[in-house]
Amino acid sequence: MRRNPRLVGEHITLEYGAGGGAMRALIEQFFVDGLGEVSDGDIGLAAMDDGAAIRIGDRWLVVTTDSHVIHPIIFPGGDIGRLAISGTVNDLAMMGATEPLALTCAVVFEDGFPRAVLERVWASIRGTCAEAGATVVTGDTKVMGRGELDGIVLNTTGVALADRVVGDAGLRPGDRIIVTGTMGDHGMAIMATRNALALETDLESDVAPINAMIRQAMLAGGDGVVAMKDPTRGGLSSALHEMAEKSGVTIILDEMAVPVRDEVRAAGDLLGIDPLQVANEGKAVLGVRPEATGAVLDALCSHPLGRDAAVVGECIRDRPGVVVLDTGFGRRLLAEAEGELLPRIC
Amino acid sequence: MRPSDALSQLKFRDPAQAAALREALEQLVGQLDHAPVSVMHVCGSHEQAIAKFGLRAAFPRDLDVIMGPGCPVCVTDVPEVDEAVALARSGVRVATYGDMLRVPGTSQSLAEARADGAPVEVVYSVVQAAELARTVDEELVFFASGFETTAVATAAVLLADPPDNFSILSAHKYIPPVMEIVAEMPGSRIEGFLAAGHAATITGWGIFEEFVAQHGIPVVVAGFEPLDILAGLVRLIEILVEVEHGAAPRVENAFPRCVTREGNQAAQERLWRVFKTTGGRWRGIAHVPNGNLRLRDAYARFDARKRFDIDPSPLWRHAPPKLVSQCQCGDIMAGIASPTDCQLFGHECTPQNPVGACMVSSEGTCKIWHQYGGHPDLNQIGRRAS
Repeated sequence: MRRNPRLVGEHITLEYGAGGGAMRALIEQFFVDGLGEVSDGDIGLAAMDDGAAIRIGDRWLVVTTDSHVIHPIIFPGGDIGRLAISGTVNDLAMMGATEPLALTCAVVFEDGFPRAVLERVWASIRGTCAEAGATVVTGDTKVMGRGELDGIVLNTTGVALADRVVGDAGLRPGDRIIVTGTMGDHGMAIMATRNALALETDLESDVAPINAMIRQAMLAGGDGVVAMKDPTRGGLSSALHEMAEKSGVTIILDEMAVPVRDEVRAAGDLLGIDPLQVANEGKAVLGVRPEATGAVLDALCSHPLGRDAAVVGECIRDRPGVVVLDTGFGRRLLAEAEGELLPRIC
Repeated sequence: MRPSDALSQLKFRDPAQAAALREALEQLVGQLDHAPVSVMHVCGSHEQAIAKFGLRAAFPRDLDVIMGPGCPVCVTDVPEVDEAVALARSGVRVATYGDMLRVPGTSQSLAEARADGAPVEVVYSVVQAAELARTVDEELVFFASGFETTAVATAAVLLADPPDNFSILSAHKYIPPVMEIVAEMPGSRIEGFLAAGHAATITGWGIFEEFVAQHGIPVVVAGFEPLDILAGLVRLIEILVEVEHGAAPRVENAFPRCVTREGNQAAQERLWRVFKTTGGRWRGIAHVPNGNLRLRDAYARFDARKRFDIDPSPLWRHAPPKLVSQCQCGDIMAGIASPTDCQLFGHECTPQNPVGACMVSSEGTCKIWHQYGGHPDLNQIGRRAS
């Protein structure tokens, strides 16, 4: 059930890169058409999960890929290198594969790209790989003409083995929703560097590899961890909508329980942007069986990146695919980000 | 002590207080000898807050809070947009607020005119527009929209010696007269008004006394935090209960931390020195006597309508897009219909591809509903969840 049934238009506009209904239409109507078939039980393109999972013996090979086009290349709290490694490591982790075997990294430069910036980006890639326990084993380099590209585009692919695959469709009524920390930090920090109001803020991106924290949570929760998703483009809202739709449950989100930094909330109020619709790059949303909730929350909170983790919602049966926001004052549907809220955010 | 008195202070986003207010509201609505009761607010900021905080789902079942013509961008009439489009197409630089860019004219919006090469620029304020004029040699016209609150800012710029190449195409509107129109509309069910706190900060709450006397409909001035809105509604229903017991309807100020009876007199003085009221159409609503704010003759040199020979007639040769005939913006702004009554809402008409003005502006009811999930009535869903 899709909330926005639509046909792909004559031109692929920025809207299709925003991670919402338009992008899903593109995937469904083009990318999945005649491609991506996998064996029964495997997770392929059609599942539209964070990556693919193919059974090999009694384990799973998990593969994911991600391109990074962020502007500016260096931003408060990180840069495109840290983002490229974290994004792929985290996508693997969201499938339950928290120990990356290897990464690839393809680079497309614009003619004239400064060596000094490249040094900074590569130092960041090395540092982030060390943090994540990952390494880059192969890559590709292309250079395009001036103006044919803005600076640099990075693509990273990751592979890992997992004993158990966690998708984003495993929720059932009664399950709890946990977020691993404050919402909206990355997107709001990028927005603040770009908008014409020239906000002076201390906002910082949360970009970080979170595979070690997720491993800790999965060890604590065992089979009780039933769904995971990283709330990147479209933020918590898009992640919850996907999980609710694929699992066929209603999610009730308790807004008062969702951790949001005061400065993120303030910037959001000023810019008219909901922090729940804004990207995170070092956070996860977990669906957890009620009996495992305490153990998972404790495990997350004991990790430095999960200090602010909180139970923020519950699944019910009422209307599958719907996400209801309880504001503390009343209730409304949680809206999904649509359109070019912020192009080139990751 | 009345239930609402305790709330006039303290924080304005406290759920526990909100729950107490909701209960008071429920009780008061129950005390009325008829149901349902319909009240109207006339402010996009009120609708924003109601939608954002999910308040509509928390209102008593027998309380209908209708959104009125509270979006200045939405009520900007087609001929006014046509004037701006015609000016820009003739090569004159037009600056305006971002929301105004996509408001449909007869055959084009300013955004479409810009795509055709017309010089149209987005500014965040009239001050920024005047500064822009100082940096260029050519003429610069500011297409000014907004209610009296925003018109005060326009007036202040005109009084502060703006550059000679700067002029105003005023689409400013004045709220009090349209309340009379809506109150007197055939079939109107409006029993009370929630007036906008920010507008009343300028005009003072006393301005509504004459309206209440003439139409017998009470008015409560309210702020924009969830508690402000709930407290305002509690006051309004309290008055309605008292009116049923023979009291005279009256104006009350539920936003005393900002609004006084007299308002900001320095701002009013500036407003009326520069602007006068004239009659004019509000899009989708009606001809509103004294509903438009236009420049006084003393400021004719800054009046783009006097400065340029604006001829929008070529725009009228093109038929409007087909979907426009199905658009229900007018009924929605008049409070007769809800966005979800419109066939186009959320399907053909979205913020990305708006058909009507209500889906364009951040103060438009359709845009607000779409932004916050498209359907505010969730009384039915998920009540079993802990």
